[in-house]
Amino acid sequence: MNIVECINVTKTYRQGKMDVRALGGVSLRIKKGGFVALAGPSGSGKTTLLNIIGGLDAANSGSVVVEGRVLDNMTQTELAQLRLRKVGFVFQSYNLIPVLSALENVEFVMLLQGVPAKERLTRARSILDDVGLAGLYERRPAELSGGQQQRVAVARAIVSDPAIVLADEPTANLDSKTGHELLEMMKKMNEQKSVTFIFSTHDRMVMDHARRLILIRDGLLADDQDRDP
Amino acid sequence: MYFRLGWRNIWRNPRRTTVILTAIVIGVWSMIFLGALMRGIADQMIQNGIATLTGHIQIHHRDYRNDPAVENSIAEPAPMEETVAKLLPPGSHWSARIRVTATAANARHADGVTMVGIDPPREARVSFIGKAVREGRYLRDDDAFGIVIGRALADKFETGLGKKLVLMTQDTEKNIASRAFRIVGIYGAEMEATEKQYVFVTLSAAGEMLKLNRGISELSILLPDHQLVAGTLATLRGAPSLRTYDAEPWQNLLPLMRAYLEIYDTFIFLWYLVVFIAMAFGIVNTTLMAIFERIREFGLLKSLGMKPWWIIKEVLAESFFLLLIGIIVGNILSFLSVLMLMNHGIDLTRFAAGSEFAGISRVIYPSIYGRDVLLANLVVFILGLVVSLYPALKAARFKPVEALAHV
Repeated sequence: MNIVECINVTKTYRQGKMDVRALGGVSLRIKKGGFVALAGPSGSGKTTLLNIIGGLDAANSGSVVVEGRVLDNMTQTELAQLRLRKVGFVFQSYNLIPVLSALENVEFVMLLQGVPAKERLTRARSILDDVGLAGLYERRPAELSGGQQQRVAVARAIVSDPAIVLADEPTANLDSKTGHELLEMMKKMNEQKSVTFIFSTHDRMVMDHARRLILIRDGLLADDQDRDP
Repeated sequence: MYFRLGWRNIWRNPRRTTVILTAIVIGVWSMIFLGALMRGIADQMIQNGIATLTGHIQIHHRDYRNDPAVENSIAEPAPMEETVAKLLPPGSHWSARIRVTATAANARHADGVTMVGIDPPREARVSFIGKAVREGRYLRDDDAFGIVIGRALADKFETGLGKKLVLMTQDTEKNIASRAFRIVGIYGAEMEATEKQYVFVTLSAAGEMLKLNRGISELSILLPDHQLVAGTLATLRGAPSLRTYDAEPWQNLLPLMRAYLEIYDTFIFLWYLVVFIAMAFGIVNTTLMAIFERIREFGLLKSLGMKPWWIIKEVLAESFFLLLIGIIVGNILSFLSVLMLMNHGIDLTRFAAGSEFAGISRVIYPSIYGRDVLLANLVVFILGLVVSLYPALKAARFKPVEALAHV
């Protein structure tokens, strides 16, 4: 079953007096449970594609379907609901709310979803344990290392059982050891919970870990290597 | 959640928060404290006016106010007093007076004064004079030639206790009436002008001097509560036996004071508005700074699925805490300031001449009105939240993609 479908998606930005084509017509399908990397040089359009799949940005033309729901004509409120219920985000930097603890950051999305307090607490603690942060629940982001912050971000992204997790350059600000540990953890989440991960990256390590590698160049699909058996 | 985020967010920059809190505290303090001072001035003006022979209500001969001559006196006051006694609410007091302009003279000086003939025991319950004597004694019923004058008049005339003072005026037969009185008491009043103007003799002495017999110029009524004025006045005016007389409330007897008081109400409101406008700029500026520093954070919140209305609530929660803390501390400071001044007041003796012209006492005591405190707090709180809507809406409108890319 396809969790994400993009059909001839284009996106153009206005920069000053010029129109910049970020995506020139991208079509792809991603199966549920996939561990996919969108790779390419800077400016290739991989982050743009990620943002469109996550409902953060809108395509100029083409169609995007996430878990059977067509994003094209959704209102801002509907897109916000989609992001809340179906999509988890992990960003390169500035992932966490600085004034909330690790536990509160993970609870935050469930709180927006209306999950009862007791259940929020239980699930948040459990997922933090799963990502190797047991006992660090009350630490604020400033008291955590970069790797630990990203682990909290991953925990927050998957605690609400989203359909997909979109990770935009998640290892960019981490050293290789920490980045490797993070990737291993996300791979474990992917295998144990069947959460679909889609990365935007130009990190070789992430590309090597991905079971499917989609190369994007100049806003177009250049290659698509599916390593799943 | 909004309150938790709001509370923690305001302390991300403690210095900035302290600055804006200080502005709100000073704003609230100035609104309540200065309002209390103005109300205190107004209250004392009213009290002085009422105590200085005006009372809450006065009853006169119909033509007296147009021409306060001795001819326009109430010839037979007894039936009127009987009716008034029945109609007044419990706890009220009244006193009959003869009041005429006269010339006071001694060996050295002469000046215009107002001679007030009083019933000493009744008058003591109605006006200030009963407690105002500082030297000598108050008048007694049998004081045929005793007079009580003001300290300022005594100084002006270079006279004192036991000395003679001659009063001259016109009697009911249009002849010059004069009488020599002996100073038995010297009084002090809130205003020097009062001390210079009024001299007090007994009702009988004045009546004899003016050939008034039992006639009086006015009946002055003091009610237990000024809020009873309107109702009591309506009752008195409605009484058939009193229809030939003129009953007026203190507001009509002191029109200048009434005008002052109306100006005060407007002035207090304008003061609140000006202070709030100044405060509002600070609140909006501070909140906007806090918003623009956190553009990426708002991008993150929106990307997580937080709806615009929730973002508005979060930003308003921050303003809510700033306003709440500022209001509480501002109120505490205001009440402490008023408490400190309640016993000794603010001494305006140096500016006495100027303040007396405006009817203001030499010492001002602040007076807190509940409705002023409520209005000040509501203005700051509600309008503070209203002006915070602008930065809140700005935060809610950030596009997630642009906000996340913000440097």
